[in-house]
Amino acid sequence: MILALDPLFLEKVGLSVVLIALFKVVLAFAIILVGVMFMVWFERKVISDMQHRIGPNIAGPWGLFQTLADGLKLLMKEDLVPEHSNRVVFKLAPFLSIVPAFLTFAIIPLGGNFESKSGVINIFGHDTFLQIADPPVGILLALAMSSIAVYGVMLAGWASGSKYPLLGSVRASAQMVSYEAALGLSVAAIILQTGSLSTHDMVVDQAAGGFAGFIPNWNLIVTGFVPFVIFLIAGTAELNRPPFDLVEAEQELVGGFHTEYSSFRFAIFFLAEYLNTITMSAIIVTIFLGGPSGPVLIEGIDWAWGILWFLVKLFVFLFTFVWFRATLPRFRYDQLMDFGWKLLIPLSLGWFLFLGALNISNDRGWNASLVVAVTVAVGVAAGALLMAAVRTARTERLNQEVDLHG
Amino acid sequence: MADPLDYIRGFAVTFKKLFEERLTLEYKGGKGKPGTPDEKREKALRLHGRHVLNRYEDGMEKCIGCELYAGVCPAKCISVRGADNDHDNPTSPGERFGYVYQINYLRCIHCDLCVEACPTQAITESKLFEFSFTNRNDAIYTKNELLVDDQGKPQQLPWEDWREGEDQHTSAWMRATSPSGDHRYEGVVAWSGELGQGVRQPEAGQSEVEQ
Repeated sequence: MILALDPLFLEKVGLSVVLIALFKVVLAFAIILVGVMFMVWFERKVISDMQHRIGPNIAGPWGLFQTLADGLKLLMKEDLVPEHSNRVVFKLAPFLSIVPAFLTFAIIPLGGNFESKSGVINIFGHDTFLQIADPPVGILLALAMSSIAVYGVMLAGWASGSKYPLLGSVRASAQMVSYEAALGLSVAAIILQTGSLSTHDMVVDQAAGGFAGFIPNWNLIVTGFVPFVIFLIAGTAELNRPPFDLVEAEQELVGGFHTEYSSFRFAIFFLAEYLNTITMSAIIVTIFLGGPSGPVLIEGIDWAWGILWFLVKLFVFLFTFVWFRATLPRFRYDQLMDFGWKLLIPLSLGWFLFLGALNISNDRGWNASLVVAVTVAVGVAAGALLMAAVRTARTERLNQEVDLHG
Repeated sequence: MADPLDYIRGFAVTFKKLFEERLTLEYKGGKGKPGTPDEKREKALRLHGRHVLNRYEDGMEKCIGCELYAGVCPAKCISVRGADNDHDNPTSPGERFGYVYQINYLRCIHCDLCVEACPTQAITESKLFEFSFTNRNDAIYTKNELLVDDQGKPQQLPWEDWREGEDQHTSAWMRATSPSGDHRYEGVVAWSGELGQGVRQPEAGQSEVEQ
């Protein structure tokens, strides 16, 4: 709120406002750290269930404290810095990885009553949101932070002074940069729909109305599922999670970019990875599934219902990411690049233009069915052209290879 | 071109597995709550665990210090030295006895060749395999640690994890019912009695032949 309304503190800021902001930050920090602990445990348990195993079962009830035990173990391990590494960058990289992971979480609306109060809650006489910050750049912050996170991975691999981490980080930077385009384009569709960058406005927008009384006005439905599917796939790639975990493909690259990392530096990378998973799920929930919006069943503690709906939706995606990991085998590198550049980016771009055309036709009062027909025709033609271009290029390349190898 | 629906079917497969029977057991290595015993799988009849040094029913050691088994060990994990028995107070019935007796479990591959080489059935392998050391000295089992106690049971060392009853079927019985390929030994208990166990019965399915 402070960020949103008065970034330069031109007006006086009361102590209570600062305290509320501080309280929210500390609370969110604690919650997300506990969330990571839970997520690591949850992933291990679900994966082992899917593989007919039992999974962690010693530390705590049902092995709940296994992550804590692992973290403590890593904390007490010897801190190694490889001889041929660039010491400064080597030590800096984990923090470049974890700070963006924490910052992204700041823009997620966590709760509040969006039915009647548009998410405003009242703490000690101050109106605020259940959200650390609602900056005007909104969702762009998430994209920016995921770009900065590339540096953490890239520098970690480069600074290790060793082959496999370098290969891993080259893969990582290429992959993350490639899929960021598709990610950004599907977010653009949402921005087009909402007319605002702010995550809070997006939730308010989705909480309103709905079709036929019971189908919610979620962007998932409003934008026609395609941006959602693209965002989910590109998001998984952005997280370097299976099936896009070429970055740390054990069979090929030992551990990828964090091969040379041990003790708590490794723990930081691990933490960042799971923080990003939770944050990415939260972003999907926020921009596609209406975040904490949902019916308030019992009046009085209306803000708590928002938190409940948010957690339920979040849980679905956390499970989905684990499910992906249990089901899908890893992509080959050329498949990964083909999929990103030749399918996801053109598709998301085409869908973005389609949504744009629909919006303009709505504004100008054009004949909607004609607009749809024309856009689909143009889209099909463009797709055909793209496929023709790809095929020609491939034939050319094959001919060249034939020439080279006789 | 693969059927695109196959990807969806793959997800259905992994989801179904969530509700199927687990193949592993709730084994906690003795770290579970008191009163909740570990589920352990039945051990194979001829599982090769750590060794024990057996004694005769009168308490004499079976080892005669011949050093044969040190020669046969492919992993060179055994060190044994014999010494002459004290005539007034003999350790073993023969002329000599095992004076130094060490097995390095960081090297042992549990091939059981030593058990076959031993002429007096002094060394046999138990079914105890759950031991983890925190230093290399612990990994070298000395004669005192390998020798069975006065009840004929293997000693439980601090770093070993096994419960009551798991020390059964440690020794004589195992070799006695697996004659080394010679039909004359089929079903014959070719084993001397041992402390705490006596002469064991042959394995089920093998008839005892009158000698």
